[in-house]
Amino acid sequence: MRVLLRNPKREVEVVGGRSANRVLDDLELSREAHLVIRNGTLVPGDARLDETDVIEVRPVISGG
Amino acid sequence: MTAQPSRCRACKAPAVIDLPRHNANFCAEHLIQLCHRQMAKAIDDYDMFGPTDRLLVAVSGGKDSLALWEMLVEAGYQADGLYIGLGIGGYSEDSGSYVRSFADERGLQLNTIDLQEDYGYDVPTAAIATKRVPCSACGLTKRRLFDKAATDGGYDAVVTGHNLDDEAAVLFGNTLRWEVDYLARQFPVLQARDGFPKKCKPLVRLTEREMAAYCLVRGIEYVVEECPIAAGNRHLEYKVALNAIEKKSPGSKSAFYLNFLSKMAPVLEGQSTAAEGEVDVCQRCGAPSTGEICAFCRLVEKSGTHVAVPVEMVLKARRRRRIDDSRNGTGTNQ
Repeated sequence: MRVLLRNPKREVEVVGGRSANRVLDDLELSREAHLVIRNGTLVPGDARLDETDVIEVRPVISGG
Repeated sequence: MTAQPSRCRACKAPAVIDLPRHNANFCAEHLIQLCHRQMAKAIDDYDMFGPTDRLLVAVSGGKDSLALWEMLVEAGYQADGLYIGLGIGGYSEDSGSYVRSFADERGLQLNTIDLQEDYGYDVPTAAIATKRVPCSACGLTKRRLFDKAATDGGYDAVVTGHNLDDEAAVLFGNTLRWEVDYLARQFPVLQARDGFPKKCKPLVRLTEREMAAYCLVRGIEYVVEECPIAAGNRHLEYKVALNAIEKKSPGSKSAFYLNFLSKMAPVLEGQSTAAEGEVDVCQRCGAPSTGEICAFCRLVEKSGTHVAVPVEMVLKARRRRRIDDSRNGTGTNQ
């Protein structure tokens, strides 16, 4: 699946379906500091993501 | 197959978010309700403001301030926005664009200040001209201009989008150094005094993740990119550390901050020297000041006469400093 990452903006390919939490873990990203958006819709950590999905992993931490 | 296994705690509809600190999942509608409920509880618990008060919301174009503005208006408060164009390259251009679109679409009153046009400097130039770390020059500028706008406009309070993660990170930093003076002032409401307007933080019971999710489900477009100058500052490192603890023990962040407010803040009451110190008036601008000329006027004077500094120069200097810190083992600094 295509995964869009931010800060800096870039795209990575993740092979095989897996849960949203697993995608974050595999990319070594904190679950508390990111949201997973599948095909434009927010999904919870246990949502199953498919090979054909377009995923955005959005960081939520700001400098303040 | 793209089934969503988890269900909303309130209505059993498919969930859009899991919130381990509440040990629950929520659909979009009940996430929005949760956010409104938590904001209302903070306003009520800390006696922030009433239904007839005029509020000035400090809007940056980020998720927290835009969500806050929308939630306050939906809750029936009279809330206008103030945006300050800080001159941080493309980041400020994008931020300003999000804020203006947000206000236009909802017919809200937006006041704007452009640092370069109105005061003859921008944040990158101020950082170099005053030798302050950029976040310090930025913070001083914003505090002073929000205070002035609130006072001049007759607003009852300045309202900011500081969230639970922001406050927990500040608390963490102040606790690591036992900054008693700062700890004694870390409260979600600062009452008006000595010419300073009242300041309130209605989002202190909500996390950054919850606020970002709120914006997503409400279709609020905001600047997702981090301020390029703030990247790598100490405040962000504290957030990373607290999130590592939160992962192991959900609810730790809110317990750390909210229990500080309920158990420690009363013990520290009256310990802040700033709250008791004498405040004079700046002889140049008339704002409250501890010196003859206030820090903001000194910053304006130095920055306004300094050659304009592009943001790239500040970024380069910060990168160089981080490399030096890393080599010296002194860690990242602001």
